[in-house]
Amino acid sequence: MTTAVQEPSRTARISIDRRWNTPIGVAIALVVAYLLLVIAAGPQAQDQFINALTIGGVYALIALGYTMVYGIIELINFSHGEIFMVGSFVCWWLLTTLGFSGAITDPLVLIPVLVLTFVVSMAVMGVVGVVIERLAYRPLRNAPRLAPLITAIGVSFILQNLVFVGISNSIVTIPQIIPNPELHIGPINIRLINLFVIVLAVSLMFALQMFISRTKLGRAMRSTAIDREAAQIMGVNVNSTIALTFFIGSALAGAAGVVQGLYFGVTVFNIGFQNGLKAFTAAVLGGIGNITGAAIGGFVIGFIEVLASAFGYGRWSEAAVFATLVLVLVFRPTGILGQQLADRA
Amino acid sequence: MSRLDALRTRSARPRTFLGGHQSLSVFLFAIAITVLLPVIATLPPFSGFGTQKDWVNGFADAGVYILLALGLNVVVGFAGLLDLGYAAFFAIGAYTYAYGNSGFTGLDIPFWPMLIVGALVAATFGILLGAPTLRLRGDYLAIVTLGFGEIVPVVFLNSDKYTNGTNGITGIGQPSIYGVFGINGFGFTNPWPYYITIVVIITIVVCLLYRLEDSRLGRAWVALREDELAAASMGINTVTTKLLAFAIGASTAGLAGVFFSSKLSSVTPDSFGFTVSFTALAMVVLGGMGNIWGVAAGAFIVYELQTQGLKQLNTFAHSIGLQNVDFTNYQYLLYGLALVLMMLLRPEGLFPSRRRRRELHETPAEDELTAADPTAGVAA
Repeated sequence: MTTAVQEPSRTARISIDRRWNTPIGVAIALVVAYLLLVIAAGPQAQDQFINALTIGGVYALIALGYTMVYGIIELINFSHGEIFMVGSFVCWWLLTTLGFSGAITDPLVLIPVLVLTFVVSMAVMGVVGVVIERLAYRPLRNAPRLAPLITAIGVSFILQNLVFVGISNSIVTIPQIIPNPELHIGPINIRLINLFVIVLAVSLMFALQMFISRTKLGRAMRSTAIDREAAQIMGVNVNSTIALTFFIGSALAGAAGVVQGLYFGVTVFNIGFQNGLKAFTAAVLGGIGNITGAAIGGFVIGFIEVLASAFGYGRWSEAAVFATLVLVLVFRPTGILGQQLADRA
Repeated sequence: MSRLDALRTRSARPRTFLGGHQSLSVFLFAIAITVLLPVIATLPPFSGFGTQKDWVNGFADAGVYILLALGLNVVVGFAGLLDLGYAAFFAIGAYTYAYGNSGFTGLDIPFWPMLIVGALVAATFGILLGAPTLRLRGDYLAIVTLGFGEIVPVVFLNSDKYTNGTNGITGIGQPSIYGVFGINGFGFTNPWPYYITIVVIITIVVCLLYRLEDSRLGRAWVALREDELAAASMGINTVTTKLLAFAIGASTAGLAGVFFSSKLSSVTPDSFGFTVSFTALAMVVLGGMGNIWGVAAGAFIVYELQTQGLKQLNTFAHSIGLQNVDFTNYQYLLYGLALVLMMLLRPEGLFPSRRRRRELHETPAEDELTAADPTAGVAA
C-alpha cells in the first residue's frame, strides 16, 4: 500500500527559452550593468564589464551542468563543483607535462595546444562524471531523495581530498600560454584571453542549445526529463541518456576548469566548493532546468561579483551572491526566466 | 501496511526498562559512561596513545560534536529538513558567549546563564533563518541553508568593528562554580571540569530529546517528514512545527557553541566553516538518522576515529617504515567514502532507529521489482 503515494508531478525539466522578449531583457540588463559600472568604476568601467563577462562565462559553463543534471534526475549534484576543480588540475597537468611555462606566441603551436587541452580535459571530466553517476547515483535512483544528495556530498569530499593528497595541498600555478596583447576592436579594448574566454563560453552554450533542441539525443534527454517511464516506453534508453547528460555537463565543467586555469593562472584543491555553489546559484537564478536561464544566470552572478567589488564591497561579494540565492529561492523560486514551476511544497 | 505497523509497535512498546520515562535510564547510562570512559583510557592499548588527561580533554571536545550531531538530528532526522548550514548556529552560540564574557565587550556575565542565553539567541536565529525557507522543500532547502551557512562566517569575518575580523575574539572567560569542590575558574590544564560539564549538558539534552521525540511535537515532525501534505491535512501546523525543529536544533548548536568558546577561550570565524556542518551531517548519517543514542554514539566514534584513530594509524605506519604517509590528510576522503558506502549499503546508519530500519528494509519490495527491470537490461 505504501507505493500508492503518488510522486509529485515533475516540475524541473530540461528546456530552452524561446520567448522573443528574453534577448531584449538581456540587452537591457547589460546596459543597466554597464551604467552601474560607470557609476562605480568610472574609467575602468569597460575593463570591469569585460571582466564580469569572463567570470560570468566560467560560472555559466558550470551552471549548465547543474541545471542539466537537476533537470533530468532532480539531483543537486554537489560533486559538480569538484569536477570543475579537477578539470583545472587536468589543464595544469597537461600544460606542465608538455613543458610549457609561458606565453606561446606562435599561433600554429598555440591553437593545437589549446584544442588538445580542452579536448583532453573535457573528455576526462566527462568520463569521471559518468563513472560517478554509475557508481554513486544510479543505484540510488529510487531511494529517498536525501540519499543521492548525501552521496553527492561524499563524492565531493572524495574528489577534493584526492587532489589535496595526490597533487597539491596549496595553490598551483598554471602556465599562461595565451599571449596577452590588448586588442582594439573599434572603441573596445579587450585582452586576447578575455575575448577567447567569452567567445568560447558563448559558442559552447550555443552548441549545447543546438544539441538539446535539434538532435535526436537531445530530444531523448528532454523526454527523459519530462517523464522517465514514458520515455522508456517510447524506446529511449533512459540509463544511457542520463549518463550522456552527466557526460556533457561534466565536460562543460571540465572546459570551465581549463578556462579557470588559462584566465586566472592558479587553481587550488578547494576552489570547487565556492565556485560550484555560485554556479548553482546561477542555475537557480535562471530557473533550474532551463539551459538558457543557466547561461544568463552565470553572467548575472559574474556581474554581481564585479559590481560588489567595484562599489568597494569586494569582501562581501560572496555574501552578496549567496544572499541573491536565498532571495531568489524565497521570493521567486522559478528563477528570473520563470516559466517553470519550481518544486515548492 | 508495514509503516502503519511500525507506528503501532512504536506507540505500544514498553517505554523503558526502568519504568517511567527514559530519563532515569539516560541518567544511569550517562553516569556509567562518565566513569567508564576515563577508566578505559588508562587501559592498554589506549593508555599508550596519550595520558588520561589528554583523553579526557579529547572526550570534552568530542562532546561538542555530540551536541552538534544531536541538534542536527532534530532537524534532519526527526523533521526531515536537510540543513547544510548548521555550523552557523554553532558560530552564533560561540560569538554570543564571546560577547557576554570577554574583554572585547567588557562584559563579564558568568558561563551558566550565558549557556541559556546562547541557546536562546541561536534558537532565535534558527527561526529567523528558518522562516524564509518554509516554503522550500528537500534539496532547495539544503541549498538555502548552505547559503546561510556560508554567509554567517563571512559576516563574522568582515564586520571587523563588531567581531574583530580574522583574529576573532580572545580572552573569553572560563566557567566557574564558585569554589564548590574547591574549583573556582576552570583552567586550561585541567580538562576534568569541562568533561563533567559537557556530560551533564549532553545528558540533559538527551533526556529532553527523548521526551520530545515521543511528544505531540515529535510525532508531528515524523508526520511532516513522511508526508507534508497528509500531515497538514491532519491538522498539523506545518509552519510552527518546522520552525520549532529549526529552533530546537539551533539551540543545541548554541549550547555547543557557548561551551566550545569557553573551553577554547577564543572564537575565530574560520572555526565555523562548512566543514563543521558537513562533519556533523556525516555523524548524523553514520550514526543513524533519527536515533538519538545512535547519533550520539556515531558522533563520538567519528570524532575519536578522526582525532585519535588517524593519529595512531600514522604512528603505526611510521613504525613499519612508511615515513611519508599521513593519514590525517585523508580525513575527508574517509568521510566521503563513508557517506557514499553508507548510503549505498546501509542507508539507515550504524545504529538505525527502529522506524527507519523498517522503512528501508521492509517496504521497498515493490519498488525493487520495478527498478530491477531497466537496470537488468543494461547490465546484460
